[in-house]
Amino acid sequence: MPATVGILSFQGDFAKHQQVLEKLRCQVRLIKSVEALNRVDCLIIPGGESSVIARFLKIEKMAQPIKEFAQHKPIWGTCAGMILLGRSIIDDNKAQPLGLIDIITARNAYGRQYESFVGTGEFGACGEKEEMEMVFIRAPKVIKIGKDVEILGRWQDEITIVRQDKVVATAFHPELSASTRFQEFFLSLLH
Amino acid sequence: MAMDKEFLLKVGLAEMLKGGVIMDVVTAEQARIAEDAGAVAVMALERVPADIRKAGGVARMSPIEKIEEIKKAVQIPVMAKCRIGHFAEAELLEELKVDYIDESEVLTPADNEFHIYKHPFKIPFVCGCRNLGEALRRIHEGAALIRTKGEAGSGNIVEAVKHLRLVNSEIAQLKKMKIDQLKKAARKMRVPLELVKLVARKGKLPVPNFAAGGIATPADAVLCMKLGAESVFVGSGIFKSSKPEAVGKAIVTATTHFDNPAKVVEASRLLGEAMRGLEIDKIPKEEMLQYR
Repeated sequence: MPATVGILSFQGDFAKHQQVLEKLRCQVRLIKSVEALNRVDCLIIPGGESSVIARFLKIEKMAQPIKEFAQHKPIWGTCAGMILLGRSIIDDNKAQPLGLIDIITARNAYGRQYESFVGTGEFGACGEKEEMEMVFIRAPKVIKIGKDVEILGRWQDEITIVRQDKVVATAFHPELSASTRFQEFFLSLLH
Repeated sequence: MAMDKEFLLKVGLAEMLKGGVIMDVVTAEQARIAEDAGAVAVMALERVPADIRKAGGVARMSPIEKIEEIKKAVQIPVMAKCRIGHFAEAELLEELKVDYIDESEVLTPADNEFHIYKHPFKIPFVCGCRNLGEALRRIHEGAALIRTKGEAGSGNIVEAVKHLRLVNSEIAQLKKMKIDQLKKAARKMRVPLELVKLVARKGKLPVPNFAAGGIATPADAVLCMKLGAESVFVGSGIFKSSKPEAVGKAIVTATTHFDNPAKVVEASRLLGEAMRGLEIDKIPKEEMLQYR
């Protein structure tokens, strides 16, 4: 049976994620409520503006249900999604991320849109390392990681892919690249 | 058409702005209010369209120090407007490192013949359109995001609706065309055949398509989203209302939950007075912004 993938769709590039997953023959559900969340096998928090997505998570009281979801189902966050999955954000005491990965992030840490770029980084999930195109758009950086966090990828010296149990996060946007390598890795966490 | 990397990054940022509200702001204080209300980006300009309309005279790019203040005040992307064809203003905005440039009919055009050739810029551009031909010409020149023109500063949604529907129906017609008809359409719209074929095949524009020009209430935002807009720009509608913060928040909620009227109702109570609108027929033709 194909997996049913939920994409949090309050705001951001959820349509791009959807396009790629449908090509991979997944069932896709756009998630804007707790009820919808409970009907999917895994969840993606897309890129977008973390402050806007966080605001909706609060209004819709979804933080706790997502934390419970993470106990037994995979979650993947890209860019803003990475920020939201982390423990805290540097220079921002107001925001309360979900804390599902023990990392501290910095927003827009590479700079503004002028500094957005496409780079070639390294991805290593199973010991072996492979090259991966990484699209960074006003991207965050991982400033600090906890002892339970596994580093799965880097661009130069920067940590760009992290994992803690079934929760993964990318500072870049695999959904904007032609390769579906990362999506396939994420879907493999279902088994 | 495989996107080159530069263009991928430009369109990529527009993808990140989907399902959101981009709010016009004149000051850093307004920018902070917009960010707190849930804006996905702010648009810096000298005066909101309703005031440009009232004051008359030449409307230009926002003063440098205003843009710098606004950039400092918020974490979300900052866009700014330049005059149509005024590539020197655009160069200044690129130097200021705003995140998006709106080559906008709301300001007084600087060139009656040419729009800016946008490809060489590293900063992405958004441009307005009234129909598919305008949209495709702007994309061909390098725009990475398209919005309807609507009628800015009117508080009247009728023109934005007209432009959204027209673009949709022109795309639907392209989808049914054979190659000879596509060639004719490309000639008529003055764009390359390849671009027209791409739109016919995909059934949508190759870049995101947002709505702008006359959005004043949460329901206006819902209407645009239901007609296929992927985000909304709100100009005078927020800071010309009696309760900008509440109206801003309500339009943000309405844009996200456009498919859920119960949520829109919940967010839309006690909003005070919306901006006073104008009937399009009562605006003298030479004062209409969309014909620029």
